[in-house]
Amino acid sequence: MIKYISSTINHLILSIGLIVMVIPIWIIFASSTHSSLFINTNGLQFFLGDNFIENYSRVLFKQSGFFNEITALKMFFNSFVMATGIATLSVITSLMAAYGLVYFKVKYATIIFWLIFITLLVPLELRIMPSYIVMSKLNLVNTFAGLILPISASAIATFFFRQFYKSIPDELLEAAKLDGTNSWRFFIDFLMPLSKTMIAAVFIFMFVFGYNQYLWPLIMTTSEQYWTVVMGLKTMYGSISDRFAFVIMSMIPPVIIIIFLQKLFIQGIFQNK
Amino acid sequence: MKKVQFKSNYSQYFFLAPQLLILLIFLYWPIIQTFKDAFTMQDAFGFGSQFAGFDNFLFIFSDPSYFTAFKFTIIYSFVITLITGSIGLLLAVQANKVMHGKSAYKTLLIWPYAIAPAVVGVMANYFFSERYGLLHHLFNNLWGFNWYENVFDAYIYVIIAGSWKQISANFIFFLAGLQAIQKTVIEASIIDCKSNIRRFWTITFPLLMPTTFFLIIINITYAFFDTFGIIDTTTIGAPGSETKTLVYKAYIDGFKGLDLGSAGAQSIMMMIIVLVITIFQFRYIEGKIHYN
Repeated sequence: MIKYISSTINHLILSIGLIVMVIPIWIIFASSTHSSLFINTNGLQFFLGDNFIENYSRVLFKQSGFFNEITALKMFFNSFVMATGIATLSVITSLMAAYGLVYFKVKYATIIFWLIFITLLVPLELRIMPSYIVMSKLNLVNTFAGLILPISASAIATFFFRQFYKSIPDELLEAAKLDGTNSWRFFIDFLMPLSKTMIAAVFIFMFVFGYNQYLWPLIMTTSEQYWTVVMGLKTMYGSISDRFAFVIMSMIPPVIIIIFLQKLFIQGIFQNK
Repeated sequence: MKKVQFKSNYSQYFFLAPQLLILLIFLYWPIIQTFKDAFTMQDAFGFGSQFAGFDNFLFIFSDPSYFTAFKFTIIYSFVITLITGSIGLLLAVQANKVMHGKSAYKTLLIWPYAIAPAVVGVMANYFFSERYGLLHHLFNNLWGFNWYENVFDAYIYVIIAGSWKQISANFIFFLAGLQAIQKTVIEASIIDCKSNIRRFWTITFPLLMPTTFFLIIINITYAFFDTFGIIDTTTIGAPGSETKTLVYKAYIDGFKGLDLGSAGAQSIMMMIIVLVITIFQFRYIEGKIHYN
């Protein structure tokens, strides 16, 4: 009997948690399926309406922005290019840098180590204005390179990979060395296959991180052609139900990634420790 | 570092070069620029600049709105850490206990973590709008809610908007921490101590200490930096500049006010704060907590 009561209490608390976490999104979703006129007269809705297809297709394909130059579809494309670029570039450069740090005798190793890891103390938010000035000197404003490069300049992924390499037993390298494997072959044939899960986890982490960027795209894109989804949210104009629909669509890519790749993602963020 | 390593004259530099190159151009160059800005004074029309010593720092210290931002950032980090940590822990403990529906609860509680802060801010906007907002109506009926004018109400607005998604992050880490505790420890403790609540505070919670401190750092970093998107889509710092975080204020002064000197000095102050938190984390926390 006591067990039964305590388990009911557990479920009760969890249900309250679910209500707090899920209901806000549900209300925005339900409201996004009504017409703007209906929302304006009746407020936020809890039950689904029948304008789903109409609203969502209008938002996806209609030209919007200040100068009516961009569709939501184009913004999604931009966000994907940006997020994929950030994830790819940081995985490749970090994988290599961590390898160089862990597996080689490097001159000035301590200096290089600090040069890389002290950057963890300076997130992009702290150098936003000078970064913009540097980017405009390099003519990278309103380019994908401008959106991608400064965010890839981060040692977070290097930190993940370094921790991972350090956990690989020394015997692996000893055995490989006995076989006469050189450093390139060891990297490609031994470490890469071993790091597969880790690479996937870091890639996902960086993808979501890149997709969710707000401030940097806001500053780097004066042309609507390079607007991304998350920054476009604030600047996009449209009727109220259009905006609800856009909010819902904007969260779909990272949420799908989290739901389906939960285990991998948790493993990825856990290396953060 | 490994005991066994490769000895090579050039390969290691090839591996290190891409990252170092990107860091030098896109990180070190702007940082050097930040320091330059912080120690120079530009005239109002941007015609010339001159070395200013610590004038920019003296200026921000004599500026009351800097202290408002400082105060708000501290309160904001503290409250967010407290709220999201305790709710996250409560939910994680329950989810770890239940027999049925564990993975369904987990999935549904985890996914707000993936939503961008700016998107959360835009959503919060609707719930706090005078026209449609459910929470606005609720608080308005309770005590006459008006975040445009009332500082306390604006705090409630940004705290709710800021905490919501971070509950998920705390839940994920606490749940993983709980699942990492060995079954044998728990079984042994059940024999010694019958009370569930006492057992939690004397056995389970101390074992969760590493996770807790890790989350405190994560939550503080979140409140300092990631909430930019939330502030910018909700109150924009209103009323006055009562809900501007330090990062938000530096952005406004630099980008909207075009005061590079002040923005640079504020960035350097933030770097010092981050440095202090990091040293604290390494020296104090890592040293005092026993893992396993």
